[in-house]
Order: sequence, then structure tokens, then C-alpha cells
Amino acid sequence: MDFVKQYWAPLVCSLAIVAILPLVAGYIVLVERKIMADMQARLGPMRVGPHGLLQPIADAVKLLLKEDIIPEEADKLVFWLAPVLSVAAALLAMAGLAIGPAFQIARDINIGILFVVGVSAMGIFGIVLGGWASNSHYSLIGALRSSAQLVSYETAAGMALVCGLLFAGTLNITSIVQAQYDQGIWFGLLAPVAFFTYLVASIAETNRAPFDLPEAESELVAGYMTEFSGFRWSLYFLAEYTNMIVVASVATTLFLGGWLRPFPRTTWLNFIDFLPPLLMIGVGVYCLRRAPKQPARVQQLFMLAVAGLCFAVALVLAAPVVLRTPLVNPSWAAAAKPFYEGIHGGFWFVFKVSLYIYFFMWLRFTLPRYRFDQLMRLGWHFLIPLSIINVLLIGIAMIVGQYLHLGGWTLLLTTIPASIIALIVALFILATEQKSEPQKASSAAPDSYA
Amino acid sequence: MLDQVIFYFFAAIAVISAILTVTRRNVVHSAIFLITALLATAGIFLQLRAEFLFIVQIILYVGGIMVLFVFVIMLVNLDAAVRQLQFARQKWVALLISLALAAQVGLMLWSTGKMPGQGVPVLAAAPVDRLPPNSEAVARSLFETYLLPFEIASVLLLVAMIGAVVMAKKRT
Repeated sequence: MDFVKQYWAPLVCSLAIVAILPLVAGYIVLVERKIMADMQARLGPMRVGPHGLLQPIADAVKLLLKEDIIPEEADKLVFWLAPVLSVAAALLAMAGLAIGPAFQIARDINIGILFVVGVSAMGIFGIVLGGWASNSHYSLIGALRSSAQLVSYETAAGMALVCGLLFAGTLNITSIVQAQYDQGIWFGLLAPVAFFTYLVASIAETNRAPFDLPEAESELVAGYMTEFSGFRWSLYFLAEYTNMIVVASVATTLFLGGWLRPFPRTTWLNFIDFLPPLLMIGVGVYCLRRAPKQPARVQQLFMLAVAGLCFAVALVLAAPVVLRTPLVNPSWAAAAKPFYEGIHGGFWFVFKVSLYIYFFMWLRFTLPRYRFDQLMRLGWHFLIPLSIINVLLIGIAMIVGQYLHLGGWTLLLTTIPASIIALIVALFILATEQKSEPQKASSAAPDSYA
Repeated sequence: MLDQVIFYFFAAIAVISAILTVTRRNVVHSAIFLITALLATAGIFLQLRAEFLFIVQIILYVGGIMVLFVFVIMLVNLDAAVRQLQFARQKWVALLISLALAAQVGLMLWSTGKMPGQGVPVLAAAPVDRLPPNSEAVARSLFETYLLPFEIASVLLLVAMIGAVVMAKKRT
């Protein structure tokens, strides 16, 4: 039994992640296209399945059947290796994450969050080597931009993580969430500036718009992916979306309370537990209402099936909560506790990660792309000083808080002023730097290598 | 048994890719093999239950320094580099030095077996389950026991960095 727990359960979990993630990434792409369509007053994919629900599967088939082209002058081995590296790093980082208290592959690693950050940072080699191996100028410039961007923004992201880790006092992912439960407050509220820094840096690290300069299609065709086609290209795509999930999960774990529901220790807010099943029932009812309006018979049936799935999920979510109410036998409540923690923990975690990714998409369709020198200026002149000053001041705020015996929500009294001061000082630095070199900034041509 | 298999696996990867690092003509291939060697070393660290060293090796060497290496390689004209002489012609000096080094290592290993208390120190094996988590231990020794040397080393690195920036700025 111990053997199964130690070796086979993680193996099965990791196989599940490897098998499911491409599907999840495909559906994130579909959601992205749907949100984009909504924001641009269009319909988006509607043909495959009702409301385009089967589009990802059609896309996957298309990508698998496409011709796989390797450029004549390419470095074949590296060209073959690069996309695999990207995906492997992204998937390996998933192993360190905890989706709910029960579901974690590498259980209780002492260096938890460092493992995730360090391993996912290795994905950059896939981009750089892929760009180099293609033997094309567009690819090479995209790769160079990408490595410069990632190296610059990793510093800011790391400093922002340090801020959260100061509150947690541990690197272990389970303990970080437990610390937020014990203190009764999300670390994102205690250190809003650190959360903001991580948010911006994580967008830059995943090469998403408005920082998607490595693949800026108006300048570089498709950046490092220019020469990749078919399955290799889809591997890069998978890596990008997995990386989005990874950074969103890290932010959720450290700043948004992980798998805890909002206000986990306030008993009179226990009704929040009923919101997840109600949400699923709402979605199911909507599907039922839309089903008769579908054009084809198959699509109607599919819509009904989706509704049924929603109701089933709602039932699974509702059962442990109902069992925990004082109306039923207390011994059942005790039996339902691990199910409640596992299922609802998983729900809240996925929910927060989805919100974070939605925010990424929202920014993508709202903001225009940065120029490369603007991106570097933002990183080096604003975010890095901001994050360093913020770590310093948050540390001071915590010491002051210890002297005044503050904890949990009252710690906000010291950390919020510290964050505001850090922001003001960083803005001041930015302003003085811009004042000191006004001609240089306007006359120098944007340096795409910088 | 399994421990030894894993160790020799990582060690073999490290040694082979280290040799390939210096013998490949293509600089990018060299860099890839150097990354492999560093990762294999990280694997050995992990096997020794030094998880903090493992992740620092990955974050600093693989994720930081090697990215900069590759970045610089991309900016260099590779065709010119390939045509240049790859090895320095100092066969006899190199042979002498490597023989001396091999003799030293051999003597160390030999004396470990022959004379207890000499040569490579033989430590008692740590208990598998009860080893304390070592990120905390590393932090304690760096920031409590050896705080002053640690700070001096950081100042030294800072001086080197500022010096490099100043020297780079002078030319323009």
C-alpha cells in the first residue's frame, strides 16, 4: 500500500496531467477566441459543435495532420530538441503545483515554489534554441528579444515572490496556503504592490500581449516560431498555455490564498460554500435553455449533454457541503470533510487560476503592444527598483508589526503604507531618470537587441 | 542498489556531456551539453538530499548564467569562430598538469582506504527519512553563523558588477 502511495499514485497523476493538459490548453484557446470575439462584438468559432465547443479537437486533428517542414539550412538536432524542451519544462513545473490539498504530484517538497519557478524558467531554452536553429533572421531576433525579456522580468518576478514568501515563512506550497489560512488573509492583500509586480512580470514571462514582442507579427512574422509548423508549432503553443497555467497557479498559491475559499475562517460566511454548486446549476440551466435553439439535432443533444455534465458537477460539489450542515448526522460530516476539502479546494483553485488567465486575455485585447525599448525601460527602470524597494519596506513593516503585536488583518496597518511608499519612491526614480535623459530617449532609434 | 544506479546514471551523463562540451566545434551544441552537465550535477545534488543546492544550481546556473551564455553566443559570428583554431597547442604542459592532478586524486583515494582519518573524509550515512529540510539550514548558516563573510562576498560581487558597468560605459 505504501509502495502504491509513494510510486504509483504520483505516476498516474503525472500521466493524467500530461494527457489532460493539451485538452485544457485547447479549451483555453477556445475560451480566448470566444472572449476576443465577445470584446470585438463577433461570435467567434460557431461551426464545430454547439457554440464551437468541439473546435479544440478539430484544431488538434488539423495540427497533427499538417505537413511538418524543417528548413534546409536548419540545425536539425536542435530544431527537433527545442520545442520538446519548452514543453518538458512547462509540464515538469506542473508537478510541483498543488491543486487542492489532496492533489499534488511531488508531495510536500521543501523547496516547492522555487522548484516551480526554476524549472519553468528553463523553458526559455526552447525558445532561444528554436529561434537559433531555424537559421532565419526573424526567428533569431525573436529569440534574442525573448531571452532579454525573460532575464529582465524574472528578477522583478522573483523579488515579488520573495515578498509573499516573507509572510509565509516557508517555500513549501502546502504550508504557504496553510499560513494564509492561519493568518486569515490573502498575501495579495498584504502586499498589493508585490502582487501587481508579479502580475506584470508574469505576463512578460509568458510572452503574452502587450509584451508579446518575441512573436510580434507586425515586425517579426511570428518571431521564434516562424519556421515551425504542424506538430512542432503546436508544442510551442502547448508550452505557452501551460506556462500561463503555471504562473497563474503560482500567483494563486502565493497571493490569492490557493485552494482556500474567500474568508475561510469566518463561520457566518459559510454560505459561500453553496456558491460553487449554484454556479454550476446556473450554467446547466443556461445550457438547457439554449439547447432547443441549436440548428442541428446533434448539436441539441450535445448541449443537453453539457447541461447534464454541469448538473453532475453541481451534485458532486453540493454533496459534501450538504453533509456538513448541522441538519444531518455529525458522523457523516466528519466523513465528508476530506471530500469537502479536496473537491471544493480544487474548485476554488481552478476558479482563481481561471480568473487570472481571464485577466491575461482581457489585457491582451485591451492594450496595444509595447515597443521593445519601452518594455526594457518598464522592466529595468520601474519594476525592478519597485520590487526591490518593496521587499525592503515590507520587511521593515513586518518587524514594526511584530513590535506592535499585529497579525492577520491588522498587519495591513503597516504593510499598506510600506507598499504605498515603495510605489511613490519607484515612481520618483522613474521620473528623475526620464528628466535626466530626455534627448537620448527621443532621438535614439529603438534597439531591437537591447 | 537503486541509489547507486541513479548516481551512476547522473554521473555518466555529467562526465560524457562535459567531454562533449569541450570537443564540439559548434558553440551552441557546446552550450547545450554544458546545460546537460549542469542538470546532471543538479540531479546528484538532489540525490544527496540537498534540495536547496539542487534548485539553486538550476535557477542560477541553468536559468541565469547559461541563458546569458546562449544570448551572447547568438550575437557572435559563429562561422568565424568555427574556422578558428579550437585547441591550444600546449600538449606537454597539459599532460604534465593532468598527470599531477590525477596523481593527487589517486593518492587521496588510496590513502582513504589505507590510513583511516586521512584522505577523503568518510562520513556516516544520513538517515533517509529524518534528514532536516535543508533550505532552513542553509539560511541559518548563511545569515546567522557566517553573516559577515556572506556580506563581504556580496559586497565583492557588487564591486565587480559596478566595475564591469563602469568599464563598459567608458568606451561609448
